[in-house]
Amino acid sequence: MNWPAVASIYRFEMARFFRTLMQSFLSPVISTSLYFVVFGAAIGSRIDQVEGVSYGAFIVPGLIMLSVITQAISNGSFGIYFPKFIGTIYELLSAPINFLEIVIGYVGAAATKALFIGLVILATSFLFVDITIQHPFAMLGFLILTAISFALFGFIIGIWAKNFEQLQLVPLLIVTPLIFLGGSFYSISMLPPVWQTITLFNPVVYLISGFRWSFFGMADVPIGFSLLAIAGFCALCLGVIWWIFKTGWRIRS
Amino acid sequence: MDMVDIRDARKTYEGGFEALRGASLQIREGEILALLGPNGAGKTTLISAICGITQPTSGTIRVGGHDVVKDYRQARNLIGLVPQEINLEPFEKVANTVAFSRGLFGLRRNDALIEDILRKLSLWDKRGAAVKELSGGMKRRVLIAKALSHEPRVLFLDEPTAGVDVELRRDMWAIVEELRQDGVTIILTTHYIEEAEAIADRVAVIDKGQILLVEDKDSLMERMGQKSLTIDLTEPISSVPDVLSDYDLVLKDETTLVYSYDINAERTGIGRLMADLSGAGLYVRDVSTRQNSLEDIFVGLVEGDAA
Ligand SMILES: Nc1ncnc2c1ncn2[C@@H]1O[C@H](COP(=O)(O)OP(=O)(O)O)[C@@H](O)[C@H]1O
Ligand SMILES: [Mg+2]
Repeated sequence: MNWPAVASIYRFEMARFFRTLMQSFLSPVISTSLYFVVFGAAIGSRIDQVEGVSYGAFIVPGLIMLSVITQAISNGSFGIYFPKFIGTIYELLSAPINFLEIVIGYVGAAATKALFIGLVILATSFLFVDITIQHPFAMLGFLILTAISFALFGFIIGIWAKNFEQLQLVPLLIVTPLIFLGGSFYSISMLPPVWQTITLFNPVVYLISGFRWSFFGMADVPIGFSLLAIAGFCALCLGVIWWIFKTGWRIRS
Repeated sequence: MDMVDIRDARKTYEGGFEALRGASLQIREGEILALLGPNGAGKTTLISAICGITQPTSGTIRVGGHDVVKDYRQARNLIGLVPQEINLEPFEKVANTVAFSRGLFGLRRNDALIEDILRKLSLWDKRGAAVKELSGGMKRRVLIAKALSHEPRVLFLDEPTAGVDVELRRDMWAIVEELRQDGVTIILTTHYIEEAEAIADRVAVIDKGQILLVEDKDSLMERMGQKSLTIDLTEPISSVPDVLSDYDLVLKDETTLVYSYDINAERTGIGRLMADLSGAGLYVRDVSTRQNSLEDIFVGLVEGDAA
C-alpha cells in the first residue's frame, strides 16, 4: 500500500473543506436550528412525548442521520466526479497508486466531513434540548459506520455519473425520500399498521432506529437488525467498488 | 537497455475504433525522441497506454524494464506526464497542486525542489495564485511543474507547445536541455516539425496507429540535406541555356530557374552559377533558398501510406 499517497489525497480533499469552513460549519447549524424551530416548536407542541422522550430530543438522532447520510453521499460522489469532470483524473490514473488507495483517500475524506457535520449538529442540538446519550460509544460507532458506508455509496455514484444531473439523481429521487420516510421525525409505531409493514422494507429505518437506540435505549426494530443492515450495506458497497476496481468501469477507457 | 519498450501495442476503443494497430517502438535511455504524426494518428493514445490512463487491448509495454500493467507501480514511479489538454483544478493554488502531484507519487515533501521547479518555470511569483487566475501559457507551465515535481526519469510531453508563446517555448527547451543533462529520457509529440528538428535526437513517425519510421534525426536530415535555390529572372527564357548544362537546373516556368544542391557538400557552386548566369546574359531579379525539411519526408511518408 502506498500510504503516503493516500494521505496526500486525504489531506488535499480536507484542505478543500477547511477552505470553506465557515460555510461547512454554518449551513448545518442553521438548518438544524430551523428544524428545531419548525418541527420541535410547531409539532412538538402537539406531540408531547414519544415513548417517554420529549419530541424535540426524539428527532435529534434522525436529524443527525439525515445530514450525515446526505453529506456523505454528496461529498463522496462529488470528490471523485470532479476530477473526472475537469480531467484531472489523469493524474490519479498515471500515479503509482491503485484503485483501493484512491477509494480510501476520497472516501475517508468524505466520511470525515460528514462525521464532522454530524457532530456539529449534535452540539447544536444541545442548545435546544436536554439529551443524555445512553451509549456514547455505540452512537459514535454507528455514526462512523454510516458516514463511511454512504461515502462509499456516493463514490460509486460519482464513478457512475456521466453528468451533473445523474450526480443529483440518486440522492434526490431515492435517498432523500427514504430518509424522510425512514422515521427521522416520527416513531414507526405512530403509523397505521399497513405502513408499519411497508416501512420495514426501507433500509434507512434500521439505521435511524439503531442510532436512536444509542441515544435513548429504545428502538423501532431490534438493535441487532440495525447493525446487520448497516454492515450489509457497507459490504454491498465494498463489493461494487471491488468490481469497479477489477473492470476499470467508467474510469480507465 | 531500452527505457521504453513498446511491442505490438493495440488499442480498440469502446466504440470499436482501432487507435493503435500494432505499434512497436524502442526508446533509449537518455534520448530525446520526437513522435511526429498528423491529428488522430494515435500519439496521445500511445502515451496514455504507456502512462496507465488507458488499458492497451493487447501487446506489451515496458518502462525501465517494468511491465506497465503488471508492475504498474515501478513503471509509473519513473514516469512524468504533461498532458495535451490543460486539466487543472481551477480553485487550487499553484504551489498546492504541484505539491499534491509529488504526494500522489508517495514522495516526501520537498519544498526546496518545488521552489526550484517553480522558479525555472517563472511560476514562483504566482505560487499563491489560484489556477483559474492564470493565462493559458501559465497553466501549461503548471502542468509541466506537476510532472517534474516527482522527479521522473522518463518525461512525456504531449504537444507541449501547441498554442504557446515564444517565452514559454524558450523556457521549456531550457528545461528539456537540463533534464537531458541529467539523463532523463524525453518523448515529445508535436505538430511543429521545426521543433523536432531543433531538439530531438531521434524522430519517430506515427500514422493510423502504426510507427512508420524511427531514425536518427541527423541521418534523416542528411537524407534530406538537399537545398534548392530559386532564381527569378528579369526576362523569360524558353529553355536552360546550353552553357549552364553542367548545373542541376530545372526551368520551373519561363522566368523561374530552380537549382538543387547538397548542403553537406564542400562547394555549393552558387557563386560560380551566378557568374555563369550573367555570362549567359541572364539577369537575376531575385533569389530564395529552401531546405527540404522533416515536413517533406513526413508528408511523403503519410501520403505514401494513404495511397
Ligand atoms: N476515448 C476515445 N474513444 C474513442 N475514440 C478515441 C478516444 N480517444 C481517441 N480516440 C480516437 O483515436 C484516434 C487517435 O486519437 P489520438 O491518440 O488522440 O491522436 P493524436 O494524439 O495523434 O492526435 C482518433 O481518431 C480519435 O478520434
Ligand atoms: Mg494528441
